Amino acid sequence: MSKDNTLGEILRKQGVSRRGFLKFCAATASLMALPPGMAPVIAQALEKARRPSVIWLSFQECTGCTESLTRSYSPTVEGLIFDAISLDYHHTLMAASGTAAEAAREAAMEQSYGNYILVVDGSIPTRNAGFSTIAGVSNRDMLLDTARGAAAIVAVGTCAAFGGIPHANPNPTGAVSVSDLIKDKPIINVSGCPPIPVVITGVLAHFLTFGAIPDLDSHGRPVAFYGKSIHDRCYRRPFYDRGLFAESFDDEGAKSGWCLYKLGCKGPTTYNACATTKWNEGTSFPIESGHPCLGCSEPDFWDGGGFYKAISTPTEDIGRTAVYAIGGGAAAGLALGAINRAKRNKAEKEHEQVTIDDLEKGD
Amino acid sequence: MSGLTNSEDLKVVPGEFLTGNVQPLLHEIRHAMGRLLDEGEATVIDLRSIPLAPGEEDRLLRELGRGEVAAHLSALGPSELVESRFPGVWIVTHYNSDSEVIGRFIEVCDMPGLLKAQQDDIRDGLAALEARLACSTDA
Repeated sequence: MSKDNTLGEILRKQGVSRRGFLKFCAATASLMALPPGMAPVIAQALEKARRPSVIWLSFQECTGCTESLTRSYSPTVEGLIFDAISLDYHHTLMAASGTAAEAAREAAMEQSYGNYILVVDGSIPTRNAGFSTIAGVSNRDMLLDTARGAAAIVAVGTCAAFGGIPHANPNPTGAVSVSDLIKDKPIINVSGCPPIPVVITGVLAHFLTFGAIPDLDSHGRPVAFYGKSIHDRCYRRPFYDRGLFAESFDDEGAKSGWCLYKLGCKGPTTYNACATTKWNEGTSFPIESGHPCLGCSEPDFWDGGGFYKAISTPTEDIGRTAVYAIGGGAAAGLALGAINRAKRNKAEKEHEQVTIDDLEKGD
Repeated sequence: MSGLTNSEDLKVVPGEFLTGNVQPLLHEIRHAMGRLLDEGEATVIDLRSIPLAPGEEDRLLRELGRGEVAAHLSALGPSELVESRFPGVWIVTHYNSDSEVIGRFIEVCDMPGLLKAQQDDIRDGLAALEARLACSTDA
């Protein structure tokens, strides 16, 4: 498909009627978290939009972000967004490999220099270039080289946006985010582990529609999706306001759908669109499934002091916790967990090697 | 609009979690109906942008009910356009080709724009009919 075709022409060639196009624009407005009244403006802009070239680089990542996107549920809308871009390089999805794949990246850069969108998932190791390379090129060098001709960079996932799990303490690879290395290009952080697929496509649709990056928050994330906390938009919020909390995962409060704050929910400090956009074909989101929000779209969420500790709980000394748990006659599982944590703590201090088998032993 | 103002005591179904957003939505629709009558201004509400607890969207749809008109559209997957029991209040649901909901809107207007035949489509249709007649042996 030629890059010179407009999106309107592409859809028309695919047999999409004007009605279908208007439906697509209504869904796209919703996708971009824009007021529904913007649909005609989107229709006007998208009709004339030309296919931008997209180069997607994957560094220290688990491919969860690509999985999230490619398993997104609405092929008629998000698929069309992808029809509307020219994905010229994505080493997981493209058929070519090795030298041919790298040649495709270089060709795309040359043809669209200054105009292509660079999408990055994964963090970049800085301690030793050999920790992660592609075709013998270090992640850092490939990022700096490819970013040079990009119109904008979309850092997809918490790893690319903030360093993510590779950046977690003790950060053995010296992992950094895209914005730690690139200072002279507009960068849109689409954080989340993984990000919500419609947020990824919503950002691309925004660029396609308006030819500019959306309004960003202090962490470089689109305000349209990250402007409100999970807590503010959570349907369990009224229970928080009334002081009704689940105290364990199987008590009456949990069964009645009360607030999960005391079970470690990070909703109050996490900004994302999960509570309204939802996951799995719009079915639900973690809190709706009975699990606290982990805060995965925030910087350093992995080092936040424990997923099941309430935000208001100070990070306590693990040794003391073990003593209290045993002294108080806590349930065997809890004591076991505490002993294992104590053992791990002791091992860390003494630099012992601890195996999975050691941790699974009860004594 | 008596149906809306009389629904202050919405029944709470046991086991449903509530955001309390159904009632304000119904009031928003009431105001939109007033604007449509007085100023001819249409309103579209995107239900995806509003936090609703499990069961609350169903409660809203039950409150709105079904009126005299229901239309089905087949374009990039099916769409359903149903007038509620309050004339001028339409529930528009778009599905993708796997019949999954990709958008649900409350439109307060005379008729949703998608129901109208579009100029481009009429033009294509005219060309198709002309081509058909040109090929026809009995034309």
